[in-house]
Amino acid sequence: MATALDPALGGGALMAAVASVVSIGQPAWSVRIARVVLLLAALAVLAWLLVLPLLAIFAEAFRQGYAFYLDAIKQPDTIAAVRLTFTVAAIAVPLNLVFGLAAAWSMTHFEFRGKALLGALIDLPFSISPVVAGMMLILVYGKDGWLGSWLEAHGLQVIFALPGLVLATVLVTLPFVARELIPLMQAQGSEQEEAALTLGASGWQIFFRVTLPRVRWALLYGVLLCNARAMGEFGAVYVVSGHLRGITNTLPLQVDQLYQENFSAAFAAASLLALLTLVTLGIKRVVEWRHGDALNTHL
Amino acid sequence: MTAMARHVLPGFRLSTGYTMLVLSSCVLLPLAALLWTACELGPAGWWAQIGTRRVLASLKLSFGAALLAATIDAVLGLLVAWVLVRYRFAFRRLCDALVDLPFALPTAVAGISLTALYAPNGWLGSRLAPLGIEVAYTRLGVLLAMIFVGLPFVVRTLQPVLESMESDLEEAAYTLGASPGQRFFRVLLPLLLPTLLTGYALALARAIGEYGSVIFISGNRLFRTEITPYLIVQKIDSQYDYRGAAALGAVMLAASLLLLVAMAWLQRWTRRWAVVR
Repeated sequence: MATALDPALGGGALMAAVASVVSIGQPAWSVRIARVVLLLAALAVLAWLLVLPLLAIFAEAFRQGYAFYLDAIKQPDTIAAVRLTFTVAAIAVPLNLVFGLAAAWSMTHFEFRGKALLGALIDLPFSISPVVAGMMLILVYGKDGWLGSWLEAHGLQVIFALPGLVLATVLVTLPFVARELIPLMQAQGSEQEEAALTLGASGWQIFFRVTLPRVRWALLYGVLLCNARAMGEFGAVYVVSGHLRGITNTLPLQVDQLYQENFSAAFAAASLLALLTLVTLGIKRVVEWRHGDALNTHL
Repeated sequence: MTAMARHVLPGFRLSTGYTMLVLSSCVLLPLAALLWTACELGPAGWWAQIGTRRVLASLKLSFGAALLAATIDAVLGLLVAWVLVRYRFAFRRLCDALVDLPFALPTAVAGISLTALYAPNGWLGSRLAPLGIEVAYTRLGVLLAMIFVGLPFVVRTLQPVLESMESDLEEAAYTLGASPGQRFFRVLLPLLLPTLLTGYALALARAIGEYGSVIFISGNRLFRTEITPYLIVQKIDSQYDYRGAAALGAVMLAASLLLLVAMAWLQRWTRRWAVVR
């Protein structure tokens, strides 16, 4: 906290930012003042809306000291929640990776009836409220749902159990990989794949040797965002989990329950998720800088 | 079968089949179940679920606050995107990376963090209280959380378009004697409008359906700060009232589909602009 809001440091950065804007060209004074005002306004928006909430998480997490923080994240229920979160992501993210590749292959290499509809369906989960998504799954896979009695007869519990958490996570993160790949593969066209085909390559050889290397950075990018959302999903998972402590509580659900009881412990658990976010954003930036060309579809 | 002739590459059946399988089990079947359950109620049964004072108040808040939040996001997002694209300043890349935060930060984490900031004893809450401004556990809090989650949609939609837009049009307007205000409202804004509206629609869709960021700061006070997704969860969680939840879910879904159609239309509009240019 002290360093982030240290007036000398913050002031210095601000002065440097202002100075660099003022020095562009040598336009009229009124234009320069307008630029500074716009810059300061934008920085104020970012600081107020984004930086403050981020700082608040860590400040609240460490409010009762480092020892308390360590104790809080070492609680068995919290550790169980971390483990469950990783388990769900470890199943859901690969499923979506394969889905994204299959959907992109189908959407970009073939013409068929209903393709536009398929594209719209792939995008749909982004516009559905996570809560509604979770509820739809209960209506199908729940005890009184369409498949409920069949699942029960076969001894399968989906809702209030791991499969339900995975299904909900897959549903809300479904478009991430496909959305990254489809525009890129569309822009790249099918020529190279077709050339490989005429040279005698099999379907899988084309996929692994021609297509995959060309889309790998976009794939990583999509998987990264998919994973961040999968580990942080709250609404959809909340509805299908039944939030049983230590059993079906993922980390975000654990944060919610702790919040009702112990403020600082909730923020300690939340800080783990915030760290995950920062790491995700960091890697995302590196991929964008190093391999921006491989992601760029705005040709 | 005529279409099959164009399938030069292998894997059509496998890739399309797998895509359809996942879509059916995760999206289509659940969607059908929701619509079926909502339709089973019939118009009278549906209205019995929707027409209560509590539900109507939540719908008014959810849609009203989301519309307002998306509008504020459009203004703030345009400002941020403009500064990030057009100005060169220290820490620009850091600021740019920061914009993604609401995308990547788990909603529950954002929710408790905003609440801690704006609670009466929080950093900002304690400073706003003497001014008579209460944010936490009021509608203003709902609005704030919705602004938070929607901002990156506007910025990220506008950025590539602003980058590709050359300044020659503005310069032409400048040499013709247009004032800065005229250049902005007569030249830039009309060009940016379809993109801005797309970002607005994306932010709106997200704000309407948002749950995790909102429910902590809203405090869920009866008739006053309950959002519709919260009522859906209540119906499922404590009342096991799946039909009631489906009736509300159908309204939310209809709003999402309407926005999707609007966005598809906007995209066509944007493309037409691209051709003109």
